Amino acid sequence: MTFRSPGRADAADTLTGGPRRRRALRGGAPLPLLVPALIGLAFLTLPLVALLIRAPWRSMPDLLTSSEVWQALRLSLVCATAATAVSLVIGVPLAWLLARVDFPGRGVVRALVTLPLVLPPVVGGVALLMALGRNGVVGKWLDTWFGITLPFTTTGVVIAEAFVAMPFLVISVEGTLRAADPRFEEAAATLGASRFTAFRRVTLPLIAPGIAAGAVLAWARALGEFGATITFAGNFPGRTQTMPLAVYLALQNDPESAIALSLVLLAVSVAVLAGLRDRWMTAS
Amino acid sequence: MTRSVRTRRPVRVAALGAAALLALSACSSSDDSDSATSGSSASASAAAAKISGDITVFAAASLKESFTTLGQEFEKAHPGTKVTFSFGGSDSLAASITGGAPADVFASASPKTMKVVTDAQDNADAPATFVRNQLEIATLPGNPDKVASLKDLTNKDLKVVLCDRTVPCGAAAEKALTASRLKLTPVSYEEDVKSALNKVVLKEADAAVVYRTDVKAAGDKVEGVEFPESADAVNDYPIALLKESRNTGTARAFIALVRSAEGQKVLTAAGFLQP
Repeated sequence: MTFRSPGRADAADTLTGGPRRRRALRGGAPLPLLVPALIGLAFLTLPLVALLIRAPWRSMPDLLTSSEVWQALRLSLVCATAATAVSLVIGVPLAWLLARVDFPGRGVVRALVTLPLVLPPVVGGVALLMALGRNGVVGKWLDTWFGITLPFTTTGVVIAEAFVAMPFLVISVEGTLRAADPRFEEAAATLGASRFTAFRRVTLPLIAPGIAAGAVLAWARALGEFGATITFAGNFPGRTQTMPLAVYLALQNDPESAIALSLVLLAVSVAVLAGLRDRWMTAS
Repeated sequence: MTRSVRTRRPVRVAALGAAALLALSACSSSDDSDSATSGSSASASAAAAKISGDITVFAAASLKESFTTLGQEFEKAHPGTKVTFSFGGSDSLAASITGGAPADVFASASPKTMKVVTDAQDNADAPATFVRNQLEIATLPGNPDKVASLKDLTNKDLKVVLCDRTVPCGAAAEKALTASRLKLTPVSYEEDVKSALNKVVLKEADAAVVYRTDVKAAGDKVEGVEFPESADAVNDYPIALLKESRNTGTARAFIALVRSAEGQKVLTAAGFLQP
């Protein structure tokens, strides 16, 4: 049981287990709850433990210092960061629009924004091809007018990743905005600040933790993106072969290096989670 | 390697509708015969007489059209059977078989990928070559870039896709390129031959090095260009019964159909070469 003022849900809270519990349950847990709970715990942790057990620790240094791995890892980090930057630039204003401006059909727009979140990534990749491919609805004109083709390029990877990761950011920032007290902005307005100044000087600092949490989530999602990337951007080492693609293809002929690559991604994920907890566990 | 508990095959879920009706009307599912009292100790001849139930066939992506046809013929010839296919890159299929995926038959696009399975001793019978396949260049309809040879693909302005080296069609393409001392930089190494072909079908790439059979299967969506170097990299396709099979009688019957004159007719019509 937690007591919270209504409407103060913070996106970061749902991530990190919420603010401090006021009261914990007294006494032991009943067996009918404890047994499935332990099964659930084992189900979620065992595969990762297995990955650690089966890891080829002795040959790890050789596997991880190969140039292909570094190439894939660097590409992954660069693309995920670029995708997050793109999401921030166009996602935060979109979140603000959804949270602060009452326009007709807002519910529909919010649903559309959330759609890529629940869409199978491969479907997202196909949709991107249909839209931005060389023969796509928009891509055709990009190619004819500017000679820009997006599939099979690093830009294509960033686009695919931003497409699946941006909804995380938008939803999380929008939740923070709704929870933030609009009276601060109103006060700024009465003091003569324009709406944009109020947003820049008052709202942004107010929701910074929410934006940061959303950005980290989006970044992690972009880093793990596979389906849309291989469909839209293809697979070329150094240009479009990100870590998940490298893991998938390595699994076919060299399972050991696939495990090593998986461990690297696992370590990155753990670091992200640890960073989130440290920063937003105490903020409520 | 810890084997997972045999669960119901996930592929079967996809075919639920029809399969459920079939299973209901036949009043027996293959799982019943799995725990079998009858089938387990039966001799091969008795098993051959009892052709029923489900089998799962893992087959190379390039076999998609011809095997689908053969599967339908097989189900028609043996009422009460159901053939479920999983098509994909031979390498990933081989990897999932050695990882314990429940399948009865494996048909791969190269002896090398079959060897992965036989090395792990996951096969029940010795693999047999049933067809051969040759590479061809797939270009856009009408061949607007005037591709006439493998050398033309090295043109920097062309977007060419190849299969990944781990997949038989990629290995064969590499062999042909090496034999002709050409260096080709594609825009992408695709995970199986069908996705390489589809990049040309969708006009995202200008050309792809795929099999003759794929060009044929795509109809007028692509145009095929034969090149002499492809003779240096003809692929043998082996097929084998798997140790994991719980329905060996039906699985053997399907392999027999693939290797029969009737099966060969379907395969050569699709553009495969006789072994």
